[in-house]
Amino acid sequence: MSGAAAGAGAGVVAAAGGGAAGRWAQRVRYYAPAVIVFVGAIVAWELIVGALNLQKFILPKPTAIVAALNENLTSSRFNLLASAQATLVEALGGLAIGTVAGVVVAFATARWATARGVLLPLAIAANAVPIIAFAPILNNWFGLENPLSKMVMAAVLVFFPVMANVTRGLVQVDPAALELMRASAATEWQVLRKVRIPNALPYFFTAMKLATTLSLIGAIVAEYFGGASLVLGRVIVQSSSSLRFDVTWAAILLAAATGIVFYLAIVVIERFVIPWHASMRATESS
Amino acid sequence: MTGPDQQPIVRLSAVDKVFGRGGQPATTALEGIDLEIRRGEFVSLIGPSGCGKSTLLRVIGDLVPATRGDVVVNGKPAAKARRDRDYGIVFQAPVLFEWRSVEDNVKLPLEILGRPPAERAKRAREMLQLVELADFTRHYPYQLSGGMQQRVAIARALSIEPALLLMDEPFGALDEMTRERMNSEVLRIWERTGTTIVFVTHSIPEAVFLSSRVVVMSARPGRITKVIDIDLPRPRDLETRESRRYFELVTEVREALRAGGGLEGDDADGGGVASEERTLAEGAVG
Amino acid sequence: MATAAAARPSIAREPATAGRGVGRTALIYLGVLVAIFVIWEGVKFLGGVPWRMPGALPGPNNPAIWNPPFRWDFANDLRLPHIWNILIALGQPFQRGADETLAQYLFGAALYTWREAAIGFALGALLGLVLATTFVHSRLLERAFVPYVIASQTVPIIALAPMIAFAFGQNVLAVVIIATYLTFFPVTIAMIRGLRSVDPRAVELMRSYAASPLQVYLKVRLPASLPYLFTALKISATASIVGAIIGEDAGSIDEGLGRVITTFNQYYATGPEKLWTAILAAALVGIAFYLVVRAAELFVLRGRPGAAAG
Repeated sequence: MSGAAAGAGAGVVAAAGGGAAGRWAQRVRYYAPAVIVFVGAIVAWELIVGALNLQKFILPKPTAIVAALNENLTSSRFNLLASAQATLVEALGGLAIGTVAGVVVAFATARWATARGVLLPLAIAANAVPIIAFAPILNNWFGLENPLSKMVMAAVLVFFPVMANVTRGLVQVDPAALELMRASAATEWQVLRKVRIPNALPYFFTAMKLATTLSLIGAIVAEYFGGASLVLGRVIVQSSSSLRFDVTWAAILLAAATGIVFYLAIVVIERFVIPWHASMRATESS
Repeated sequence: MTGPDQQPIVRLSAVDKVFGRGGQPATTALEGIDLEIRRGEFVSLIGPSGCGKSTLLRVIGDLVPATRGDVVVNGKPAAKARRDRDYGIVFQAPVLFEWRSVEDNVKLPLEILGRPPAERAKRAREMLQLVELADFTRHYPYQLSGGMQQRVAIARALSIEPALLLMDEPFGALDEMTRERMNSEVLRIWERTGTTIVFVTHSIPEAVFLSSRVVVMSARPGRITKVIDIDLPRPRDLETRESRRYFELVTEVREALRAGGGLEGDDADGGGVASEERTLAEGAVG
Repeated sequence: MATAAAARPSIAREPATAGRGVGRTALIYLGVLVAIFVIWEGVKFLGGVPWRMPGALPGPNNPAIWNPPFRWDFANDLRLPHIWNILIALGQPFQRGADETLAQYLFGAALYTWREAAIGFALGALLGLVLATTFVHSRLLERAFVPYVIASQTVPIIALAPMIAFAFGQNVLAVVIIATYLTFFPVTIAMIRGLRSVDPRAVELMRSYAASPLQVYLKVRLPASLPYLFTALKISATASIVGAIIGEDAGSIDEGLGRVITTFNQYYATGPEKLWTAILAAALVGIAFYLVVRAAELFVLRGRPGAAAG
């Protein structure tokens, strides 16, 4: 009945299964349900939409979506490739700005407790504000077609989680470790380098995984409020309003793919930089 | 105070417990256990780490099924005794619910039994009075010290007025002085309620001080090496701890332990037991 | 004998500090607002367009009362309206000839948005709870579906908003669906972890009481998972508001803040203050929603250690 016991049991059984072939079989059995659901969903989607002729509504057949993707990759009206590139640039720019700003401010708040007392409540309040509502203001400040307006939106969204997490990582160090450093008469600077920064790295990567998603969302949603026509957000809005939902889904697919690639890039970098961390070793079922 | 009854409240006949299903190497935790516990007795189980004393307690409580042999509790098969809630159990950790006040924690088994609210409140208050925590009904677990939390756990176990109380190293996590105090507490409660107590412990002094009989177990596979009658007069107090007969009995227990194998290389504190407890819990629930 | 001695190390927390902490936080927010005001007007003081009496148009009857030494493009009255002009605009009719003030108009729109977001939020939370309970009790279903729940976190879900709005037409249903959709993903993930976070010894204890699975769920798993639930709800609160605003905007729903923001954006040149007031209203709605959830959290999780922390 309890998940913990079942999980422990399954884990034990998996470990004991004989040899490489046995392990392969275990892997297949573990991932099979998810794969079946995926394939089944796609197939069902295709069949149901075709049978009920639902194209009029928001669910074109998967094949239609792929076709739209192909046709519009470089078409004049919905140039998906160019749009994706433009949005990607905005998201990356925002990610870079927001991350750098977040890390710099985090170091400042970690160093000075008064700064921390002011900035952390601010970060909490900022979480409650729908920052995206400020997109029209940014458009007016930087120009509707200027990618900077979307970059700044992405940067603001990225800034807060990065700052909050890195601050926590720099500050929430095992007191025993700090005591050890004091016993070795280490300087503040050495403590920073040898203890706080390595401690903060896992928190940094946690924030980055969130930040990549946020930067993409920030860029796309800011585009909803207005922007150059060849960006993913505008393509989504314009194709929706022309009821070309196949193109909309194609654009969303591209956005999703971009998001996943971003996320995986962070995961790879993380594995490189902090291979020693517990989360890298343990196999956790979410 | 009632003397021990004629009918044994617990009878174990040729009980074996073997762990290890489906692919795991088999471990024999208990082998050939024959034991009778009379009503109103205070019996301690003592043995080296991993000797199966906690397992034996759980077999009595039907939290772990016996592989072979008979387990009769209160005149019924162990499973039925559990379903009829004939016993209360106290673990090494208090396992209080952090979201419930002290009083609500004590009411938990009464709620499960479906007792009316008025009776629940009355019983809870009586029990908290018994363990001398009547002033802390509205407090929350995190506000209490370890010893106080254990007293709440004892109050909770006794709230349904069970005939039998199982205690698994309840004071193992406490410091020595608090432990001795709690020993006197338990004896006082035992004399007031007349409940039969089966008490698992690591500590020879504790076992001798508390019990009517001490059951000494061998190292794995757990067998009963010797059952020692403790003929110290009651009520027992500080003077008892300093009496000559006490030292003789402590020595006798120690000799029996050594004979059963496992005094050398024994880990003295409860650290290893806590994780053994957890493994048992997961195995039992699965 | 035991009580007096044991009572000494007992009480760890003082309830009084909670009140002091709230006071300090309020002071900090106030300080930040003042700082923003000072910087904003300070920038206009140095590099804006000539200052005039609030609320009036330039002309011979309204001479400049201050001429800033520099001229910076971003500090002009179009990009950075004076704060008092923004506040004054709240008291004036929201459009020429209307009898409602801007403040009243915004309040009505905010209420509308709040309602939609709240419905979606509640539905999403319920759906997340049901899904999480199902997954926790069936490993098979979990292995089949949870990977997608997780993968969706890396996908900009909000990209679906315009599409849903257009497809379901100009009505509230679309917006509610968007808000529900944005809420149930984080709630599902958090609740799965929360329901599983139970100490196995607590489950063993329940077994010793011969408790039914339902009793274990209601008395142990659910209460243990509530802190995780609220963490997710606080995130979803803002997400629901954002989803509602975007959905309204895309779906051409007249009454919500989304539409108001878009309209004022279109007429920005003639009344920049109005856009700012609309955005401020949106920000306030978001904060208010979050505070409601936070208040609920403090109430439901009262007595637990660490509940007061942000």
